[in-house]
Amino acid sequence: MQRQEREGPVRRRVAGRPLSSSACDGPVIHFDNVTKMYPSQNRPALENVNIDVEKGEFVFLIGPSGSGKSTFLRLVLKEERPTGGQIHVAGKDLARLTNWKIPHLRRKIGCVFQDFRLLPNKNVYQNVGFALEVIGKPRRFIRKVVPEVIDLVGLDGKADRMPDELSGGEQQRVAMARAFVNRPMILLADEPTGNIDPGTSIGIMKVLDRINRTGTTVVMATHDAAIVDSMRKRVIELEHGKVVRDQSRGVYGQAY
Amino acid sequence: MRSNFVFQEIWIGLRRNLTMTVVLVVVVAISLFLLGMGLLIMKQVNNTKTFWQGKVEISVYLCTSTSPSLACRQNGPATAQERAQIMHDLQALPQVEHVYYESQQLAYQRFKQEFSNQPSFVQAVPADEIPDSFRVKLRNPATDYSIVAGTLQGRPGVDQIMDERSLLDKFYKLLNGLRNGSLIVALIMVVAAVLLVGNTIRLSAFNRRRETGIMRLVGASNFYVQLPFLLEAVIAGLFGWIIAAGLLLVLKMLWLDTLQQYFTFNVQLSASDLVQVVILALCAGVLLCGATSFLTLRRYLRV
Repeated sequence: MQRQEREGPVRRRVAGRPLSSSACDGPVIHFDNVTKMYPSQNRPALENVNIDVEKGEFVFLIGPSGSGKSTFLRLVLKEERPTGGQIHVAGKDLARLTNWKIPHLRRKIGCVFQDFRLLPNKNVYQNVGFALEVIGKPRRFIRKVVPEVIDLVGLDGKADRMPDELSGGEQQRVAMARAFVNRPMILLADEPTGNIDPGTSIGIMKVLDRINRTGTTVVMATHDAAIVDSMRKRVIELEHGKVVRDQSRGVYGQAY
Repeated sequence: MRSNFVFQEIWIGLRRNLTMTVVLVVVVAISLFLLGMGLLIMKQVNNTKTFWQGKVEISVYLCTSTSPSLACRQNGPATAQERAQIMHDLQALPQVEHVYYESQQLAYQRFKQEFSNQPSFVQAVPADEIPDSFRVKLRNPATDYSIVAGTLQGRPGVDQIMDERSLLDKFYKLLNGLRNGSLIVALIMVVAAVLLVGNTIRLSAFNRRRETGIMRLVGASNFYVQLPFLLEAVIAGLFGWIIAAGLLLVLKMLWLDTLQQYFTFNVQLSASDLVQVVILALCAGVLLCGATSFLTLRRYLRV
């Protein structure tokens, strides 16, 4: 808390963005004094965290391993339940969301991971289409939308490649296409550049930026200082499960 | 609902898990077959026991004008006096509990009914060729048969004395034993099948954990995630059922239907009896596989 004051510009609502930008007003992600304690550990993974993420924002979530970044993302997806506090995602109180409504929440959230998580026996087109097929979208719709998204992530002409024929960067683009193909309200990216060399990472970040510009809120957990510094987006830093910094146009390091 | 997609997933699941699926099909087939066999035997036993056979231990057939046996040819058909005498003597015996006289008319009607599957045979036999008889119920059939039979043997008017009970009892004992045996083994097999379905579905879910993980992540409903697995088990069950149905048909044709030769009247199970049993096996198979995989999935594929 002391550091947060010392480090100057505490984040405010991004200039130029209206207070209520959508019909369901308020932040798309709202953490109110959230604490998460895993059963077999004596230290909480997240402790009294208050975070608001507005619609259309691009947020970096940084901090060392074990600082609670992944826990934050898992809480947003309701893969975990908080020990204390309240979480609202897309205007819904997660505590009051019944189990069978969780899939509907997750349709509004896209996810990208460090390890891509593609299906090895399906080609690019099928991998992206899979996300729509399993939520019961009609085939005609899939045929129309999937090529568009494959173009958007810069994989035009590679729709029938298998994942093992693609480079790491290309595989991550497929994963992003899959996460975005249902036009989610929020995109969560857990160290998407973690397995990718710096040169290729820039391309990945461009795709994320493109997705962000369509109005999708992007929350990206990362260790990559160069990327955070170059993007100049909002930075939330976690340490030992606490928010130690929340800057609207932040950088990775502490010396600026 | 995208049925195409679901069936594609089922096909992948069945193929990847082929050996387990084959084992599952075989075990389900055997357990359904044994279950069906028990039921068929039960029906066969019920079919075979007609009303009077359950009550009568001795039948005393009287001579008619056409009876071929030596005694009848010497003495001629039983007269009314002989009949009354036999009735009186039987009722006087302390070993006899009950005597019932079946006239020629009644016997002919019963004959027509029992041989209804062979109308030409019924036509060929005139009504007065069917003998009248005394049906005797004994107090203690195990020991009294020879005493009662001895007092009547060789009397004028008596053609044949038959110990119906001892003849049929062997059949019932055999059939009941087979029924109990097949039902017990069926029960054990059903337990094995339940465990096997659970295991197969668990393996299948483990094999496809990548897919299901992504499905959950992109917001596929529980129904959509679990349906391919559920149908996988049910389809394996259906294959097992088809095999079991075939085996039951063979069982009926090659074994149960041959029982007919030991009976003078129609004991053959009808096609609808078989269909009933097969449909029951279908319900049991689908329920067994569906319910087991549903419970397994609740445990292993949670949101």
